[in-house]
Amino acid sequence: MRLTCPLCGERDRREFYYYGAEDYLHRPSEGAPLAEWDNYLHLRDNPAGVTKDLWYHEAGCSQWLLVTRNTVTHESSAVELVAERKA
Amino acid sequence: MPELIAKSALDGRSLTLGHVTLTEAEPGPITSVAVYPGQGKAVAKGLKTLGLAMPAPNSFVEKKGARIVWTGREQAFLIGVAPPVLEGAAVTDQSDGWTVLALSGAGAVDVLARLVPLDLRLTACPVGTALRSQVNHMNAVILRTGDHAFEILVFRSMARTAWHEIEAAMQMLAARMGMKF
Amino acid sequence: MRIDGKGLIDRTKPVRFRFDGKDYAGYKGDTLASALLANDVRLVGRSFKYHRPRGVLTAGSEEPNALVEVVGPSNQTPNVRATMQEVFEGLVAQSQNRLGSLRFDLLAVNDYLSPFLSAGFYYKTFMWPRAFWEGLYEPIIRRAAGLGSLSGKHDEGTYEKAFAFCDVLVIGSGPSGLMAALTAGRAGADVILCEESHALGGRLLSDGGTIGGMAAADWVASVVEELQALPNVRIMPRTTVTGAYDHGTYGALERVGLHKPARPNLPRECFWRIVAKHAVLASGALERPVAFPDNDRPGIMLASAVRTYLNRYGVVPGKRVTLFANTDQARATARELMAAGVQVAAIIDPRPDAFSVEDCPVHVGAEVIGSRGRLGLSGIQVRKGSEVIEIETDCLAMSGGWNPTIHLTCHMNGRPRWDEDLAAFVPMAGAVPGLVAVGAANGSMSTHGALATGQAAAVQAVEALGRKVQVPLPEAEDAPYRLKALWAVEGKGRAWLDFANDVTTKDVKLAAQEGFRSVEHMKRYTTQGMAPDQGKNSNVAALAVLADATGRGIAETGVTTFRPPYTPVSIAAMGAGGRAEGFAPQRFLTSDQASRDRGAPMIEAGLWYRPSYFPKPGETTWRDSCDREVEMVRQAVGVTDVSTLGKIDIQGKDAGRFLDFVYTNTFSTLPVGRVRYGLMLREDGLVLDDGTSARLGDDHYLMTTTTAAAGLVMRHLDFVHQAFCADWQVRFISVTESWAQFAVAGPKARALVNSFLEEPVDLPFMGVAPVRIGGVDGRLFRISFSGEEGYELAVPTRFGEALFRDLVARAETMGGGPYGMEALNVLRIEKGFITHAEIHGRVTAHDIGMAKMVSAKKDCIGKAAATRPGLWGPEREQLVGLKASAPISAGAHLFVPGTEVHRETDQGYVTSVCWSPTVGAWLGLGFLKDGRARLGEKIRLVDHLRGLDVICEVCNPVFHDPEGEKLRA
Repeated sequence: MRLTCPLCGERDRREFYYYGAEDYLHRPSEGAPLAEWDNYLHLRDNPAGVTKDLWYHEAGCSQWLLVTRNTVTHESSAVELVAERKA
Repeated sequence: MPELIAKSALDGRSLTLGHVTLTEAEPGPITSVAVYPGQGKAVAKGLKTLGLAMPAPNSFVEKKGARIVWTGREQAFLIGVAPPVLEGAAVTDQSDGWTVLALSGAGAVDVLARLVPLDLRLTACPVGTALRSQVNHMNAVILRTGDHAFEILVFRSMARTAWHEIEAAMQMLAARMGMKF
Repeated sequence: MRIDGKGLIDRTKPVRFRFDGKDYAGYKGDTLASALLANDVRLVGRSFKYHRPRGVLTAGSEEPNALVEVVGPSNQTPNVRATMQEVFEGLVAQSQNRLGSLRFDLLAVNDYLSPFLSAGFYYKTFMWPRAFWEGLYEPIIRRAAGLGSLSGKHDEGTYEKAFAFCDVLVIGSGPSGLMAALTAGRAGADVILCEESHALGGRLLSDGGTIGGMAAADWVASVVEELQALPNVRIMPRTTVTGAYDHGTYGALERVGLHKPARPNLPRECFWRIVAKHAVLASGALERPVAFPDNDRPGIMLASAVRTYLNRYGVVPGKRVTLFANTDQARATARELMAAGVQVAAIIDPRPDAFSVEDCPVHVGAEVIGSRGRLGLSGIQVRKGSEVIEIETDCLAMSGGWNPTIHLTCHMNGRPRWDEDLAAFVPMAGAVPGLVAVGAANGSMSTHGALATGQAAAVQAVEALGRKVQVPLPEAEDAPYRLKALWAVEGKGRAWLDFANDVTTKDVKLAAQEGFRSVEHMKRYTTQGMAPDQGKNSNVAALAVLADATGRGIAETGVTTFRPPYTPVSIAAMGAGGRAEGFAPQRFLTSDQASRDRGAPMIEAGLWYRPSYFPKPGETTWRDSCDREVEMVRQAVGVTDVSTLGKIDIQGKDAGRFLDFVYTNTFSTLPVGRVRYGLMLREDGLVLDDGTSARLGDDHYLMTTTTAAAGLVMRHLDFVHQAFCADWQVRFISVTESWAQFAVAGPKARALVNSFLEEPVDLPFMGVAPVRIGGVDGRLFRISFSGEEGYELAVPTRFGEALFRDLVARAETMGGGPYGMEALNVLRIEKGFITHAEIHGRVTAHDIGMAKMVSAKKDCIGKAAATRPGLWGPEREQLVGLKASAPISAGAHLFVPGTEVHRETDQGYVTSVCWSPTVGAWLGLGFLKDGRARLGEKIRLVDHLRGLDVICEVCNPVFHDPEGEKLRA
């Protein structure tokens, strides 16, 4: 498997650390009800198809990446820097 | 008062096997320059005193013995010179944190192909390329300094492992030589 | 038998080798199989289950029978395919899977028991009685299972791994592969051409013919010469592409030194990870056997193999050969044998409309229905209409047609397509992105078809790369491929499908009869396709038999999944570079040599090597040294290397704000020149790490992490920064490697430190100051992990060794000295300081008594989740100290004295223990339900593993100097 880091270019999967779903980027605000935290920490979809998740270019530029990929075809359609993400 | 003697990780050792030479290099000062958000102009001004600028991703630039190496997002290592006064950046001394290994010779690319998961063909990795990647299991900064020459920065505490693994790759390559298809 | 004038072996280079203790001669260019056949050795192995005598079936990596052990100086490699092993001077090989000699294998009794050993035998037989499972059945099954044996010694061989990148990867060097490589190579693309064999050419080396008016071998030579001259083409012989993986990654196994005597540093094998923009699969096709009764005797071979042995190795595996084949192409084997002067006893062609032109008896519309010969073939029975003909023959060349070698196209879940005309599966286009199958691998069975499709795929690839090329297509035969599918011949006796795993047509029918109708179920029930050849010789025929037995078509029955690797890959090759010292980097301290010089045993702490203790003359156990070092620190002064702690330099106007966000407590209010202990949570509220952070300037902090979590914390900080506050004015970088840092602890620590400094400083507890030491800029921290007055002195790493040696020498003049990890651990347990033994990922700030450190005034990572029900309160197991007069152990569990010892009554567990010379008792840290409310209580500590059952006193975890007077002195 290979991922294209927006900074370093296309690299072997061994350089990356996998974290989890994109959800981790949507941290509830201070004082949010616990149900919201529960959702943030634990509740995940398990899509067959397009998914967005977080990878860390640990052996490269140390950037966290938001990867859009397909769990069925393994196609990776977009990779953006978490630090410079649009949404 | 104690007298503190400076020691490099590998005592400057050197090894040649076949067409490949491995040497511990003495890079001089290494300074991390990490630009604060929106402070690029201020940093550029400071670097200009050395005739340098923040390098593009995956590259390094050399001027009069001073090298500036891309090491990450809005981050570079200034190597070989004392850092100028730099506004707008976090400046951190990294001189002691790294061991620099120089690998050169006609088989240098083949040696690295045993350890580094990177496309090192000259078309993909021309002279002047700086890549953050791995040497086997060690994080490293890899500089293409010539068609057949590389400099590899590894954490100082891992220098012996890096040496051992590069040497092993050199030995295997040397043992293959003379093997004709 | 060797035939003069035939073959591509080098007859000027004879080679001697040994098989089963007997010496033989072969030539350079021979495989072990060809050399044994040249010496008329037909019996080379025993089958897996029935121990039937077996001979060479094929001439390639798909060989199911001729699996041997190759014995090297320091290793023994089982299951080596004799058809792939090249002979070299001094090669030693032996047969495997036998009890006794190969000719008189005692386990051949299994063959007579075969009526009881049919498919599903294990599942049916080893069920009852249950008491026999472990004591009787398992040892028997384990002894019978597995093929071949190892030396039992450590494999001293060298293995290599390597990475390669190219524009076009060509897999296979037959006509289609060579044409593809030539086309892409001439276009200037970077090409890697992998060929499994030692010689390029594929079937062209076996089948001959003409290409572009040249003899095929000459055409091959001319193309190879041109490719070798192209700087953009890399030819990799002896390299099998074993797997296709995501995003253009391919695995390939190169046999580097297996065809030579072992040499130091010469890798035996190299496992390549090749990344290719485009790949051309030119893997050809595999001929398939026919399942007729007793079709497994030595001497019965694939027709293509007989042809290969004749034309490539100048060997004929018999004196009177017969051919049983259902294609026109296979007839060439008989014709070429006759041309070489070998007697062909008969041709048997099951096709009723087959031609009959050869100068030998040709039985059209006939089938082989049986064979005889105990250790090798001596004759066959042929059924022609109602007539049965006996034919004397010692070699039967058989062919049931060809299966395109489509395996790689299925490695990413692609399903192949059944082609009725070919009676074979062909690849589904696009099954592996970037990979195009050509030639026979894609069902183009003629030489012309191979050349044309190979060229077309290469043109498509180079055009996608933006290159143009014109390569004229040479003329070659384009005969149609015409066959009548023939999978099995009905008759008396067992007909083998899977030679390697001893699966017969009867077994497959039995599976269907017993309800295992799905091809995946049939496979697992019969073990068909699960041997080292992974069903290369049997899959399609087996499912054809299954389809017939279940009344379905083959397309409907489907095929099992082909998974990597295509051929077996040794674990040593796959894991090359990761063994012994290569397993993980070794991190060495600057004090490493000085510690070893003093005889300190080094222990691993993560990747670091740290001194365990510093033995002195007269000390016989580690405890002697440890106890002395503890007392030394408590009474005088000790020095230890703490450089392994993670150090992160944090700068910027928002640095304090950032620390407030990642730590539970507040750092923005910390005065410059001061240090504060900080607690870091994960977002789920559990403790991530702890450590001290120092404020070096208004916008400058230095964070320390534990040794264990240094990398983890960096990753966490990067995430928090990039995900939640990328726009803040803060940047950080690891400086762990930049500083050598030494702890100096004990009542005489201040005196020792001041003897060093150019200007003595009077630091308050938890203070930090820049210092000058021997002309070097360093940092002095007044912090303690021992409970004594303590300092940490940091200098640039290059001065580390010098400073350590000097510090230790000075300490020794003051009654002190170095101390190791054991003493460090005792000192911190006595003081109740926690490490990752305590903050092991399941504890909260509340559990360790630090709930008050979670600031109410600000948000921080983990704060919200830490308030979840169940993460706090008296039901939680809380940190306590334990004191005992007998040895106790970490890992033990705690119970109320007088209650039963089981899971439900468990009150907690122990995380750290030591003998405390200071307190004069065994001390422990652990977690006890509602522990803080139970100080003074007696608790029962039980460790069944170590046989401990001890009553302890529950204590405040801080045993030594609970008021901290010594720290602040």
